[in-house]
Amino acid sequence: MAAPPFTIDVTGLNKHFGDKHVVKDLTLQVRAGEIFGFLGPNGSGKTTSIRLICGLLTPDSGQGTCLGLDVRSESAAIKRQVGYMTQRFSLWEDLTIAENLDFVARMFGMANRRAAVDQALADLGLTSRRDQVAGTLSGGWKQRLALASCLLHRPRLLLLDEPTAGVDPKARRDFWEEIHRLSAAGITVLVSTHYMDEAERCHRLAYIAYGRLLAAGTADDIVASQRLHTWEIGGDGQPGLAEELRRLPGADLVASFGTTLHVSGRDRGLLEAGLRAYVHGTALRMRSVPPSLEDAFIHLMQGTRDQFEA
Amino acid sequence: MHRFPALSRWLGILIKEFIQLKRDRLTFGMIVGIPIIQLMLFGFAINSDPRHMPAAVVMADPGPFARAYVAAMANSDYFRIVGSVDEREADDLLDRGEVQFVVTFPPGFHRELLRGNTPALLVEADATDPMATGGAISVLNHLGLEVFAPDLPGLQRPATPPVELRIHRRYNPEGVTAYNVVPGLLGVILTMTMVLMTGLAMTRERERGTFENLLATPATPLEIITGKIVPYILIGLIQVTLILLAARFVFAVPMHGNLALLYGVVLLFICANLTLGITFSSIARNQLQAMQMTFFFFLPSMLLSGFMFPFRGMPDWAQVIGNVLPLTHFLVLVRGILLKGNGADLLWGHVWPIVLFTVAVLALGLKTFRRTLD
Repeated sequence: MAAPPFTIDVTGLNKHFGDKHVVKDLTLQVRAGEIFGFLGPNGSGKTTSIRLICGLLTPDSGQGTCLGLDVRSESAAIKRQVGYMTQRFSLWEDLTIAENLDFVARMFGMANRRAAVDQALADLGLTSRRDQVAGTLSGGWKQRLALASCLLHRPRLLLLDEPTAGVDPKARRDFWEEIHRLSAAGITVLVSTHYMDEAERCHRLAYIAYGRLLAAGTADDIVASQRLHTWEIGGDGQPGLAEELRRLPGADLVASFGTTLHVSGRDRGLLEAGLRAYVHGTALRMRSVPPSLEDAFIHLMQGTRDQFEA
Repeated sequence: MHRFPALSRWLGILIKEFIQLKRDRLTFGMIVGIPIIQLMLFGFAINSDPRHMPAAVVMADPGPFARAYVAAMANSDYFRIVGSVDEREADDLLDRGEVQFVVTFPPGFHRELLRGNTPALLVEADATDPMATGGAISVLNHLGLEVFAPDLPGLQRPATPPVELRIHRRYNPEGVTAYNVVPGLLGVILTMTMVLMTGLAMTRERERGTFENLLATPATPLEIITGKIVPYILIGLIQVTLILLAARFVFAVPMHGNLALLYGVVLLFICANLTLGITFSSIARNQLQAMQMTFFFFLPSMLLSGFMFPFRGMPDWAQVIGNVLPLTHFLVLVRGILLKGNGADLLWGHVWPIVLFTVAVLALGLKTFRRTLD
């Protein structure tokens, strides 16, 4: 049998919790071996979407495949090949590191359990601390342990739900190095995140808000899709400058980046004219810059807020 | 810093407490529900002077005096005459616990009474629960005077009862309360610990977020439920063994029956309670709620099962509720095996209600458990 072209290929997935429509017509394709980023505000349906894909939840409607298996009827087989790392640390805090790994290995019915656990401990560099209770680990170590337990059964797909929340920058960087190594080894990774730097490390991205997938593609695709023109305003930034710039005609978006401001808008001519008039005669400098991914996302977020909360 | 409490700050805490109390439906339900349940149970259901006790009659001499006496028993309100049987049937009825009393009128009862010979009236009482029999026996003494005196020739009207009541307190001749209470405790302790421990076992996983991890593995609901139940079965068996050892060597409770049979019944009862605990924990959102549900179940189990108060003394509606509870049947089974030496053939009538309870609760538990996945 030929390998399926997509690791995840779902169309029109819907999920309700009570009368809340949490995921709306989710259509998504994730290619084998890529790192796919899931972005979106809190409560936008990212976690539910991930659970629908790995068979933890049954969709109310829609269909699709994950690893070539039907998400509706073959969830047990999907679970065996998927590593799912939950948002919150969900290993047993009153078990030791080794006991946790051993338990997970048993759950997946691994034949070479002891060897796999020993190997995982060695890879983690935790062999000497194997009998330490997991609850006493620091946030970074908990995250590494959680990842190791997800990888124990050698999954072909890794689902990571905000894996780096509350982890320091160094540990985050190491974590992403690891993700890229896994991806290079052929494992497909679906990761949800709030961080722009993490989003930029993904091969492709999807943006979800209010249960709807609003944009998908590479970072460049998404930036381009917003058709923004951005100017960077630098120099003597007085307090309240952002507020005044926001009132300029054509300024859809003003975001602070340290000592500079990004002013973006779709109507290039209108915005440029307004900015030039404002800057004229002040100590401010302006220059045209390519819009960043963050500009694009904030624009997306604003657009959806206007669309759905009105 | 203020030395005295600031009123507005203090009010803030007060208001927050009330808001949280209002949100926590189950706690709120307990505050209102527990007093109502207790009032109903203690006020209406519980009766330490039970009436309408089932009694069978063995008529070796069916004369008019015997008939009058039986009629008077029925009229006294303390007895419900289930019928006239022979001696073997009467023994069987007592063993099964279907009657509380058997009254035997000996051959020649009528004649002896007319002669003024004070014939013996044999009263066999099921004394496994001494509290249940006390009131009725004292009534029997009165009946002797009231029933026979008016019909006897004037000279023979005695000041003392014209019949001699020979009371056999079967299964517990000395009326030792411990014989009744200690086997009962077996059931009460198992109910409390089994329901509570399993109730907490699953909610703990949910509260700590580890349940999600468990669900992401290929483990099936049946594997999870049974895997979580079995350790507690072993704990339950250890508890039972400890209580039985104490019953034997500290309280000298007689053990007439087959211990293997007893353990079989215990195992069934443990399963019933564990299933309930697991079901509670799939409904409860946190450990506190699981504990509250356990308490809601435990209260009627204590009061309506016949552990604390005689089962037959309760009104019909309370007996109906009591008959649903596994503890009610377990108490009859345990007392039957230990005190009466009952064999397997006499137990089935109280085994199937426990089985039915377990199956019904398990079905509900599996259903709600499945739903929590979605």
